[in-house]
Amino acid sequence: MRHTISILVENKFGVLSRVAGLFSGRGYNIESISVGETLDPKISVMTIVTKGEEAIVEQITKQLNKLIDVIKVQDLFEVDHVEREMVLIKVAPPTQLKAEALRLAEIFRGRVVDSSQKTYTIEITGDEKKIEAFAELMKPMGVKEFVRSGKIAIAREKIRQ
Amino acid sequence: MKATGSQIIVESLKKEGVKHIFGYPGGVVLNIFDALYDAKDIKLILTRHEQGATHMADGYARSTGKVGVALVTSGPGATNTVTGIATAAMDSIPIVVLTGQVPTMLIGNDAFQEADIVGITRPCCKYNYLVKDINDLAYTIKEAFYIASSGRPGPVVIDLPKDVSAAQGKFHWPDKLNIRSYHPTLEGNRWMIEKAAEKITRSKKPVIIAGGGVILSGASDELRIFAEFTDIPVTTTLMGIGAFPTNHPLSLGMPGMHGTYYANMAIQESDLLIAVGMRFDDRVTGKIDAFAPNAEIIHIDIDPTSIRKNVDVDIPIVGDSTKVLFTLNQILKDTDKPQWEEIRKAWIKHIDEWKKARPLTYRFDENIIKPQYVIEKLYEATEGDAIIATEVGQNQMWAAQFFKFKKPRTFLSSGGLGTMGYGFPAALGAQVAFPDKTVIDIAGDGSIQMNIQELATAVIYDLPVKVAILNNHYLGMVRQWQELFFNERYSHSYLHEVPDFVKLAEAYGAVGLRAEKPSDVEPVIREALRVRKPVFMDFVIDWKEKVYPMVPAGAPIDQMLFEEEPKTKEEKKLKVIK
Ligand SMILES: Cc1ncc(C[n+]2csc(CCOP(=O)(O)OP(=O)(O)O)c2C)c(N)n1
Repeated sequence: MRHTISILVENKFGVLSRVAGLFSGRGYNIESISVGETLDPKISVMTIVTKGEEAIVEQITKQLNKLIDVIKVQDLFEVDHVEREMVLIKVAPPTQLKAEALRLAEIFRGRVVDSSQKTYTIEITGDEKKIEAFAELMKPMGVKEFVRSGKIAIAREKIRQ
Repeated sequence: MKATGSQIIVESLKKEGVKHIFGYPGGVVLNIFDALYDAKDIKLILTRHEQGATHMADGYARSTGKVGVALVTSGPGATNTVTGIATAAMDSIPIVVLTGQVPTMLIGNDAFQEADIVGITRPCCKYNYLVKDINDLAYTIKEAFYIASSGRPGPVVIDLPKDVSAAQGKFHWPDKLNIRSYHPTLEGNRWMIEKAAEKITRSKKPVIIAGGGVILSGASDELRIFAEFTDIPVTTTLMGIGAFPTNHPLSLGMPGMHGTYYANMAIQESDLLIAVGMRFDDRVTGKIDAFAPNAEIIHIDIDPTSIRKNVDVDIPIVGDSTKVLFTLNQILKDTDKPQWEEIRKAWIKHIDEWKKARPLTYRFDENIIKPQYVIEKLYEATEGDAIIATEVGQNQMWAAQFFKFKKPRTFLSSGGLGTMGYGFPAALGAQVAFPDKTVIDIAGDGSIQMNIQELATAVIYDLPVKVAILNNHYLGMVRQWQELFFNERYSHSYLHEVPDFVKLAEAYGAVGLRAEKPSDVEPVIREALRVRKPVFMDFVIDWKEKVYPMVPAGAPIDQMLFEEEPKTKEEKKLKVIK
C-alpha cells in the first residue's frame, strides 16, 4: 500500500539526512520526499510517500518517531487528506499543435510561466492522477523537460456533524 | 565565569559527574587535553587505540550504569571509534564520545585529518552533534548525557571543532533541558498491564524471556519478585544474563542458538511468553515462523520500535521495565494466587524433566583441557563474585553457558554487533570503575589479538584484569560452522602460530601463565587471582571442542544439534550430530 507520511521536524542541520538515512539504512522505500519550513522557522515539515505492507509502515512511523529531532509523525493514509504536487513541463510543439498545447494547459488549469519562439513552459499543480493525465496528453507536444516537485499533503479538517 | 571552550567542556563534564575519560590525543584536541591537565577530579586513561577507548567507556558504563566517556582526535582518531560506537548502539549502552574536528572554517575542505564523523556515525549512534558555537557547548554536553542515558540508552557523539574549543566564552551551566521532540514513555499503559495480569493468571505454560533492558532499567528485583510470586520460569538472553540468577530454581539459562535444551523446549511449548526488555533477535528466535507456535506474547519494552518488529505481539506494553513490572506485581498481589498454583506445578515438573534429560554438559577429559572446565573452575575460584567480560565466538558462548551469573552488570559481552576485540578493553573499563573487584576477560586466541595493545594500558594504570585465553589456534566458531555446514573445508580459520601469550604478557610487563593439561587449570587460576597485576592465562584447550547445543542458523529453535547419542526415544526425533 502507498502511504503519505507527514513529519514535523526540528529545522536543524542534518535532519533531512537522518530521515533519509533511516529509510536507506533499513531498506524502506521512498517514492517521493519534499521538505520545507513551516510558519515557525524552527520547524520543517517533510512529506514522504512510501510503499509497504502494514507491518513495514508501522515500523517506519515508529522508527521516525524515535528520531530525536522528529516532533510529530502522521500517517495520512489513516485520514482523509489533500495531496498536491507541482510539475514544470517544457514543450516544443510542432506549429500546428501550438494552440492545442495552450488549450490543454487551460483545461488543466495550468499556467504558461515562460515561452520562447519554440517552447512553452507550463506549470501545473494537482494530485497524481491529474498530473499523469496531463503528462500523457503532452507527449505529442515534444516534451523537452519534465520536473516534479514531490508530493505535499495535508489532512482535511473534519466537518462537525 | 570566563573560560575557553576547552575549559567549558571540562567544567561541563565535571557537572555531569564524570570521573574517568578514556582517550587518545591529537592536534585538534590539544586544547581540551591541555584543560584536562589541571582537572584534578577527572582522570584520563590513555589507551593504545581509540577503539580500545570506546570499548573501555562501554565496559565502564555496563558495569556501573553510569555514562562512559571517550575523547579522541579528528579523522583517524574519530573513525577508529566507529566499531565501539556501533557496538554500544546495538546493545543500548550509554556512552558519550567526544571527537575533535578541524576548525569550522576548514570543514568540508578535505583538511588534514578531517573526516565527516557526524555523517559517518549517524546510522550507528543514538544522536550526534557538531558544535559550531562556543555558546552551545555546555547545553549540548548536558543534552548529550541526558539523551545517552534516558529512554532506551545509547551512544551519543559530540564533534568539537578546534576553533570552538580554543575560543573564549562564558561558562554557564543550564539548569533545565528542553527537547520538545524527545519524551521516552516510562509508565506502561495501566489497562494493558491489567490485561497482561489477567492472561498471566490464566496461562498454563508461561515463560518469561528477560533481555538486556531489564539490566539497563535496574529491574532485576522486580523481575525476581514477579517470577517467584507467579512461579514462572525465566530464560535470560545473552544480553539479559545476570538479570535473573542462573542458579535460581526457576532459571532456564539462555535461549536460542546456543541456548539450553530446556529453555528452547519450554518456549516452543509455552502458551504465553512474557518478553521483558528483549527484542526477539534472530539468534534468539531461530526460524521466526516456527517460533513459539502456541504462545500469546506480552511484550514489555521502552522502545516502541522493538515491539512487533520481528514477532506479532498480543499485548504490547511500552514502558520502563522496572515501572511496568512494579505495577504488574501490584496488580497480581491482589489476585487469587491458588488460581494458578496447581497449574504451574505441572508445568515446572514438565520442565524439570527436560532439565534432567539434557542438562547443559560436556565430556570431561583427563588428558586435554576442555574449555567448559576452565569456565567452571573460574566460577569456583571466584565463587561467582567477579565481573566477566567476553570476546566473541565459542569463548563467549561457553562463558554464557557455564559461568553462573547471580547479579546484573557482571557479564559484559558484545551481543548485538558481536565485536571481536570488545572484551579486553571492556574489562579494563570495568576495572577502572571497580579497582578492587576481580575482572576477568574470557577470550579466544583470535579475538584477544584484536585489541591486545591495551595490555600496555592495563600495566600502566595498574588494572589487574585477568585474561583467560581459550587457546585453540583456530577462529573456533568459524571452524565450528565450517565443520558442521561446509564439509570440514577450513577456509582461513586456522591461525597457524599464535604468539607465545606468556612471553607477550611478560614483554608488556604483565604476568603470563600457561596451562597445558587439566591438572594445571586450577593452580594457574589460583596464581592469577593471587597476583595484583594483569595476567594472561594461556589455556591450551581441545581445539576440536564445539559449542552445544546448537540450532543451525534459520532452523526452529527446538531443532538442536547435540554432542552425544540420544538416549531416550523423544530425543531421537531430534537431529543429532555424532
Ligand atoms: C571484528 C570481527 N570480525 C569477525 C567476526 C566473525 N567471527 C565471529 S566468531 C569468530 C572467531 C573467533 O575466534 P576466537 O577469538 O579465536 O574465539 P573462539 O571462537 O575460538 O573461542 C569470527 C572470526 C567478528 N565477530 N568480529
